[in-house]
Amino acid sequence: MTDFDAGSRTSRVWTNVGLPILGVVITVGAWWGITAAFHIDPFYVPSPADVVDTFLRTPEFLLQETWTTLQRVLIGFAIAVALGLVIAVTLAASRTVERMAMPILAAINAVPKVALAPLLLVWMGFGDSPKIVMVVLVSFFPVIVSTMAGLTSTPDDLQELTRSLKASWWQTFVKVRLTWALPQVFVGLKVATPLAIIGAVIGEVVNPDRGLGSVIAGSGASNDTPLAFAALVLLAVTGVVLFYLVAGIERLLVPWRVAK
Amino acid sequence: MITIDGVSQTFKGKSGPVEAIRDISLTIGEGEFLTVIGRSGCGKSTLLRMIAGLLKPTKGEVRVAGEVVREPRRDVAMVFQKPALLPWRSVEDNIMLPVEIFGRRKADHRAQVDRLLETTGLTGFRKRLPHELSGGMQQRVSLCRALIQNPKVMLMDEPFSALDALTREELAVELQRIHMDLGTTIVFVTHSIQEAVLLADRVAVLSSRPGQVRRLVEIPIPRPRSFGHNAHLDQVAGVSAELHSLLLSDTHLPKTSTL
Ligand SMILES: Nc1ncnc2c1ncn2[C@@H]1O[C@H](COP(=O)(O)OP(=O)(O)OP(=O)(O)O)[C@@H](O)[C@H]1O
Ligand SMILES: [Mg+2]
Repeated sequence: MTDFDAGSRTSRVWTNVGLPILGVVITVGAWWGITAAFHIDPFYVPSPADVVDTFLRTPEFLLQETWTTLQRVLIGFAIAVALGLVIAVTLAASRTVERMAMPILAAINAVPKVALAPLLLVWMGFGDSPKIVMVVLVSFFPVIVSTMAGLTSTPDDLQELTRSLKASWWQTFVKVRLTWALPQVFVGLKVATPLAIIGAVIGEVVNPDRGLGSVIAGSGASNDTPLAFAALVLLAVTGVVLFYLVAGIERLLVPWRVAK
Repeated sequence: MITIDGVSQTFKGKSGPVEAIRDISLTIGEGEFLTVIGRSGCGKSTLLRMIAGLLKPTKGEVRVAGEVVREPRRDVAMVFQKPALLPWRSVEDNIMLPVEIFGRRKADHRAQVDRLLETTGLTGFRKRLPHELSGGMQQRVSLCRALIQNPKVMLMDEPFSALDALTREELAVELQRIHMDLGTTIVFVTHSIQEAVLLADRVAVLSSRPGQVRRLVEIPIPRPRSFGHNAHLDQVAGVSAELHSLLLSDTHLPKTSTL
């Protein structure tokens, strides 16, 4: 496992698949061990077995709720990314606009989103839209900040090059700056993915109808801690899957970066 | 081909003005290979950027092919100290960049790309990404990218200085051959006396800041030249020694340039 054999196939599979699985196994093992060793009441912290039992009692129901939450996350995330990219490009294109808009955007980002949830309820009622809006609100800012950082990080030598070729602003932007920004954009996307899930859950907990957040809110009312944990585990799994999905897309789109 | 007419450059630095170049006048003939040497910070890059139209002189003017330079020209190509390649583009796509930006048809330039790759020994690497190449190969790609412009003038700012000694020599010999084939006018900035003597028809020795032309030295050694084994070792040694002492005795600056 030295750097010498890092290139061989088996060791790559080991580092990319084996190690993460091992990490999960150790964590679940520790969780189990602690609940067993200290005889913790499942009402406070259920053991992994309790959680699995709970899941197996109503798997279709829980998967259905997961799917509901996931849809809200995906739609909201897509909107946040599109909005974030457009805003970032606009801000990077004009210093005037940037100066004017940045304080507003930072202020919007600084507002505690939980405090907005009741307002969203007033404006949009129940259903999907307030949750999706919450996802957007929570996750758009990192996309903007990282994209702008990427767009303004074009190295001097590449800037001199395009200037010496008399490239137009648009050519420079498309052929150099935008692609140069991609690795940074993905940093923002990776930060935004878990935030998107948090946003959906905030929306559902504060304003419950369906989705895993609503399940958690409901389980509190019925003192069903294992159910809450089952929902949490499903959320965590969703988060991990989305994160690796984004990382996979990054590998496809930014191969020169991943290769380093 | 290039007329530098009483050019000065003073930067407005944070702690007062910095006079980088003072009153340089030079005429560079068509097809000439001029090298510029001088100590670090004497304004060599500044001079080159003014010829390239990337920087406006505070006094005087530069003319290329009879026209006053006010902005970059597409028949003037720059080669920088760093290769400045786009990391996501393959070797051949990097070379094609100027063609795309000039809005020319790529198909018309494929054959030329093939030829350039061949002369620089990169044919087997055309599909590779820059990070898969050595520093010397990257600099070759950047040279090809300048040549695809079919420039009348090439401005080169210490293009080989980040490379090891052997690769430097190899590339210098290659550049000399390209210059002999194409007859491009070349202004080449370097720290290396050896490189200056190998490549140049004339060497412009700049004084320390503010940069002025201290001396123009002709190198009348017949081409092709090469390092080490040639029939003009005495001459090379003589010119090198002269350049050396010019650079070393920089402290006794003449009041006016010795043009
Ligand atoms: N944009 C700028 N603003 C202020 N000062 C500058 C600027 N560019 C260059 N200078 C100053 O002008 C002087 C000449 O710089 P230049 O880069 O031309 O030197 P050089 O001869 O190319 O040096 P080197 O051999 O190290 O590359 C330096 O003292 C530098 O600090
Ligand atoms: Mg320099």
